[in-house]
Amino acid sequence: MNSALVIIFLVAAFSLVLGLVARRGRPMTLEQWTVGGRGFGGIIVFLLTAGEIYTTFTFLGGSGYAYGKGAAAYYILAYGSIAYILSYWLLPPIWRYAKQESLVSQSHFFARKYDSPMLGVIVAVGGVIALVPYLVLQFKGLGIIVSVASYGSISPTIAIWIGAAIVAIYVMVSGVRGSAWNAAVKDFMILAVVIFLGVYFPLHYYGGYSEMFRAIDAAKPGFLAFKPKGESVLWFQSTVLLTALGFYMWPHSFGAAFTAKDERAFRRNAIILPLYQLILLFVFFCGFAAILKVPGLTGPEIDLSLLRLSIDTFDPWFVGVIGAAGVLTALVPGSMILISAATLVANDIFRALRPQTSETTVTWTARALVPVVALVAVYFTLQGGQTIVNLLLIGYAFVTQLFPGLVCSLMRNNPATKYGVGAGVLVGLAAVVAMTLTGITLKSLMPFLPVEMGDINVGLVALVLNAIVTIVVSLATRPAAAPAPMRSA
Amino acid sequence: MASIKWLAVLPCLGILVGTAFVNTVEPLIFGMPFVLAWNVGWVVVGALIMAVIYANDPANAKSDEGPRR
Repeated sequence: MNSALVIIFLVAAFSLVLGLVARRGRPMTLEQWTVGGRGFGGIIVFLLTAGEIYTTFTFLGGSGYAYGKGAAAYYILAYGSIAYILSYWLLPPIWRYAKQESLVSQSHFFARKYDSPMLGVIVAVGGVIALVPYLVLQFKGLGIIVSVASYGSISPTIAIWIGAAIVAIYVMVSGVRGSAWNAAVKDFMILAVVIFLGVYFPLHYYGGYSEMFRAIDAAKPGFLAFKPKGESVLWFQSTVLLTALGFYMWPHSFGAAFTAKDERAFRRNAIILPLYQLILLFVFFCGFAAILKVPGLTGPEIDLSLLRLSIDTFDPWFVGVIGAAGVLTALVPGSMILISAATLVANDIFRALRPQTSETTVTWTARALVPVVALVAVYFTLQGGQTIVNLLLIGYAFVTQLFPGLVCSLMRNNPATKYGVGAGVLVGLAAVVAMTLTGITLKSLMPFLPVEMGDINVGLVALVLNAIVTIVVSLATRPAAAPAPMRSA
Repeated sequence: MASIKWLAVLPCLGILVGTAFVNTVEPLIFGMPFVLAWNVGWVVVGALIMAVIYANDPANAKSDEGPRR
C-alpha cells in the first residue's frame, strides 16, 4: 500500500469516527435522523447546503468536463447563481409551510399541499429515480480516486465496493448529524486543495492563466467558446435553465432546507453562496491545465484528468491529500443522498401505502434500506459508460419535473389540481426515460424545426411537455364550483 | 422593496440571454476567455444585487418573523 492510499484511508476512517461521535446522546426519531431536529444554526446550514453542492461532481466531473468538452463546463458556474437568486423567494415559503405542518419530506409537502397521498407517492418515486444517477456518480468518483491513487493496484470495481460500504455504514449509524460534521471537514479540505491546484497547475505548466488559455486556443481553436453545434449556446441556455429550476427540487436539498432555524438563513445564503460558486473556477483551471499535459483521455475517462495530472506532478503523499479531499466530496453528499433515498422509500412510499405502519417500523425500515439502495447504485456504477456530468444531467432531467407542481402549490390560488400535477410529473418522467434510452431529441421528433433545436436539453423538452399536461389536465379536472382558496402559502 | 427586487432579473438575463452575444475567447479578461469572464461577472454582480435586495427587504428587518408579502 503506498502513502497516497494510507492517507486516503485514514481520512475515510476519520470521517467514520466523526459520524459515530456525532450520534452520541441523542434519541433517534425519524425527524431527528433526517432533519437534525430542525435545530441547526446558520453556519451548519451553510456548510450542509454548500456541502451538497461541492460533490465529486464538481471536483472530478467539473474538471473532467472542462478537459473533455471545454466551454460546456461553464454551465456549472452559471446555474448555481440563478438557482440561489430563485431560492431567496422559493425557500422561505417552503420552510414556513413545512414547519407549520411538521413535515419531514418533500413528498409529504406535495401530499399535504394537494391533499393527495397518491401524489406524494408519485413525487417520492420521481425523487428516488432522480437520486440513483446522483448516487451512482458519487460512487463512480470514489472508485476513480481510490484506483488512480493506488497507482493501479486496486481495481476500480473493488474501490467502488469499498466506498459504498463506508457511506452505507456511517449513514446507518449516525444519520444527518454525521453528514454535518463531515461537511465541515470536507469543505475546508476541498477549498484548500482546489484553490492550490487551480493556481499551481496553470502557473507551473504555462506561466499564467492568459498563457494557458492562449496555448489551448491555439492547439484547439473554438474549444474555449460554445460550439456552433452539439454543446452550443442553445445547449448552454437550456441546460442552465433546467438545472437552475431543478436545483432545490432534489429530495435532499428540499430536506436540508427543513433543517434551518429561521427563514432569514436562506436569504443570507442567497447572497453568500453564489460567491462560493467561484471556487469552481479553480476546478475548471485544473481541467484546462490537463488538456495539453495529459492528452488523449476520451469518453468517461475525461473524469480522470485532474488526478492523472496530479500524479504526473506531485509525490504520492500529496496525491493522497488530493485523493482524500476527493473521497470526502463523494462521501458527504453520498451519505445525504443515501439518507434521502432510503427515507423516501420507507416513509413516503412504504408508509404512504400502508398508513398503519408504526413510527419505529418506518425508522428501522429506512435504516435497513440503506444497504439496499447502496447496492442498487453499485450495480449501476459498475455498468459504467457515462461521464460524471452526464449522470447528473440525467438526474436533473428527472428531478426538475417536480418544479411546475411546486411553484403552483406556492401560489395564493393554486391553478393546478392534484390530477394535473400527477399527470404532468408522470409524463415528464416518462419523456425523460424515453429520450434518454432511445437518444431521441426534439429535432428528430419534429424534423421541420431548425437543426440547432436538436441541442436543447432533453430535460427541458420534457419539462415543457410536463407543464402543458399539468395545465390541460388541471383545467379538465377543476371543480365546477369556485376553487377553494389555498390556505397560507 | 417592490421595485428593487426586480433587479434580480438582470443576472438571470445576463447569463441566459447575454451569453449568446459574447461567445468569444478574445479578449481575455483576467486571463479568462471572454465568455467565461462574462458569466463570472454576472455571478458576482448577482450576489451584490441580492445583498441590496436583502438590505431593503422589510422581511429581514424584524428580529422575529417578517411580514408576509
